[in-house]
Amino acid sequence: MGLKCVHCGEDCGKHPVMYDEQPFCCHGCRAVYQILNRQNLEQYYEIKPMPGIRIEQQDADARYAYLDLDEIKEKLLTFSDGGISKVDFFIPVIHCASCIWLLEHLNTLNHGIIYSNVNFPQKTLSITFKDSEISLRQMVELLVSIHYIPEITLDKLEKKETKKNDRDLLIKIGVAGFSLLNVMLYNFPEYLPGGELLSESFTRMFGWLSFALSMPVVFYSANDYYLSAFKGLRHKIVNIDVPITLGIFTLFIQSTYDIITGHGIGYFDSLTGLVFLLLIGKWYQGKTYRALSFERDYKSYFPVAVTKISSGKEKYIALSNLAKGDHILIRNRELIPVDSKILSGNANIDYSFVTGESIPVPKQKGEMVFAGGRQVGGSIQMEVIKEVEQSYLTQLWNQNNTRSEETSGLKEIVNKVSEYFTVIILVIALSAAIYWLFMNPSLALFAFTSVLIIACPCALALTVPFTFGSTMRLFGRKGFYIKNTDVIEKLHSIDTVVFDKTGTLTMNRTMNVRFVGDELSDEELSMIRSLVSNSSHPLSTAIKDHIESDVKNEVEDFREIPAMGISAKVNKVLINIGSKKFVMGKDDDKPGSTNVYVFIGDKVKGYFKIGNQYRQGLKEVIESMKGKYKLYLLSGDNESERNTLQPLFGKDTLLLFNQSPTDKMEFVEQLKNSGRKILMIGDGLNDAGALLKSNVGITIADDIYSFSPACDGILQSSRFSKLYRFIRFTNLSVNVVKISFFISFLYNIIGISFAVQGTLSPLIAAVLMPVSSISIVAFATLAINLTGRKHL
Amino acid sequence: MSVIIVLIIIGVLVAGGFLAGFIWAVKSGQYDDTDSPAVRMLFDDTTPEKKKVMTIQAFTVKKKTLNKKTRINRCRIN
Repeated sequence: MGLKCVHCGEDCGKHPVMYDEQPFCCHGCRAVYQILNRQNLEQYYEIKPMPGIRIEQQDADARYAYLDLDEIKEKLLTFSDGGISKVDFFIPVIHCASCIWLLEHLNTLNHGIIYSNVNFPQKTLSITFKDSEISLRQMVELLVSIHYIPEITLDKLEKKETKKNDRDLLIKIGVAGFSLLNVMLYNFPEYLPGGELLSESFTRMFGWLSFALSMPVVFYSANDYYLSAFKGLRHKIVNIDVPITLGIFTLFIQSTYDIITGHGIGYFDSLTGLVFLLLIGKWYQGKTYRALSFERDYKSYFPVAVTKISSGKEKYIALSNLAKGDHILIRNRELIPVDSKILSGNANIDYSFVTGESIPVPKQKGEMVFAGGRQVGGSIQMEVIKEVEQSYLTQLWNQNNTRSEETSGLKEIVNKVSEYFTVIILVIALSAAIYWLFMNPSLALFAFTSVLIIACPCALALTVPFTFGSTMRLFGRKGFYIKNTDVIEKLHSIDTVVFDKTGTLTMNRTMNVRFVGDELSDEELSMIRSLVSNSSHPLSTAIKDHIESDVKNEVEDFREIPAMGISAKVNKVLINIGSKKFVMGKDDDKPGSTNVYVFIGDKVKGYFKIGNQYRQGLKEVIESMKGKYKLYLLSGDNESERNTLQPLFGKDTLLLFNQSPTDKMEFVEQLKNSGRKILMIGDGLNDAGALLKSNVGITIADDIYSFSPACDGILQSSRFSKLYRFIRFTNLSVNVVKISFFISFLYNIIGISFAVQGTLSPLIAAVLMPVSSISIVAFATLAINLTGRKHL
Repeated sequence: MSVIIVLIIIGVLVAGGFLAGFIWAVKSGQYDDTDSPAVRMLFDDTTPEKKKVMTIQAFTVKKKTLNKKTRINRCRIN
């Protein structure tokens, strides 16, 4: 191992860039260090060593010119009064304390910035700045110069997020907690021996105080439950909130009655405690990964503006203003936002996001290119042939961007259980009332309400949030991020798994390289490496990574012919590397294989066969899932990999190749209509339709913060080998829920046995209700976390 | 016994004060981001002078810090 880059911590290789007596891996990192060093911001490197971000390729200079457009500025700025403006950026690379420190000291780099503030969990940076001293564009370019590249997308422009819900819930919990603790204090003397000695007037006062303090709990903190119960009933569903609402109101009315008539001080402590615990459960379950987005559509992937060429002049226009027939200019590494036709330039389109295929495809003049590709190489001019909204992929997306929200699995069970629960409780309460009506009429009403009070499904309502909340957190810690807790139930009930191939089963960046032909000597290999080091084409990089050699050779007359190959004199020997056409002059390669031919000196030595590298642990994942689920593979690629994959998946598994995004979507839809519960695992825009149509869609991503199509869960690609374990763990979670249900029924039987006898005192309620709730919560959380340690 | 009344009033007022404080904290957004402030409070207010480094790489760094000092002074004047 060589030296580590002071900026980003990457290995510097044999020839580090030295600056200020410190080693750097590349000039990009050195440049950032230089900027910070000049402004006395070295503390950046002291808070956390090597905190920087390495950037592989610098983008074109004019890339942010569109930020000078007024209509875009207007959408981006959150506040502007002509002198001072505010803006929020989403910066996915924020990862450590040093990042926070540097981004909050931006005003040292430019005095036009008044104040900058990082929100770490959301990975956003809010900046307040003076318009007169720094423009929006300059600010973005400043951020880019220190390698904190903000993500500016159409999507971000249109939505302003609201955090109001989070805050509301917290306040509700605060109010409930406040009331609970005070009410408990007033009720306490009643539970102690000698409590009856308390004079009548104090009991009354405590009762009325409890009543007053419970008002905000009943009428503010708990109101979401009433709403949900009401909504459920209107759709003729008895959901879990119906018995909760019933319980809360019975508790409240019975207690108020007790106070008015002077019977006692009621059950207000049980009431507030119940609401408090329910809200805590809701909050626990509601953890969301705020920096991740599960709802992204094409808009968060496409650029905000494009360069339009009209009468020879380049001009930035907002994407929404682009019309059919416009001529646009796409520079190196820019995204093609609309279906368009190539007019001029050497087009080399990288469809890695659309298809998962990382090797760019050369396109000729006059050919049509679908939106979503990225140009690699020089600039190209294109003519727009469809409007943005009408482009192939966008349309696919717009057709079915609404995911049908179906209740599945356990939600169903929970609702079923609450339905029976409510009915049974009402029957028991009525029977008890009728019994007492004949035996001792004064107890009848009390027995009736007692049953409703104690049978309140607090434990039942807490089981699911805490079990699934814990599971979700555990998954997050292990690199599997899910949208919400419903996904766990859905994952548990699947019986079919559909895989995408490229980018999902195979790796996106690493490629499998093999040389076919005459054996190359070490010297020849080192020469090839020296040559390909000069090119940034993905195939060159793949070959470079493949050859292990440190020898530096002299490279002269280097030429790179886009879509063809590279050529140079290395140590005075001519080497040509590239397509068969380029090296041998004829093009009769079988389509589907990627071969890079090598010509050294006077003859063709052979070719590098470059294929996809399958993910680690793929075999284990498929093996373990084979018997349990019906597996399918849908690939947009040709059949060249069938021979490798068929033995792995087994003879009976259907492997489909040459599938277009629409084919994939329709296939999944058909399967679903035949009654199967489908888990779709994909990665790119081409899987977007299929992911939406499936019961559960999981995206595999190398970088979880970068764009991924709308889905239910994002799995970090490094955790792919654990896929089956995650799915299996959901079964365990569901079992924990079932056991908790059972425990909660036991508590209910004990409670109801008191209630039907008419002997339920506030003391019994005050003990039994929290004990049952807390033991359920403890059981669920502990069971998940302990088994998680063993199974994940 | 009437002292209890006084105590209860005080109790409710104090707890109510905390509740009000909590509501204010939530509304002012203090619970929106619970990670960064924990880190932020550990940052020094100013860039520290590089005394430690000076002893190790005596000459070159000394020269540099001198330059920086003059630059800092200039900034202050500005």
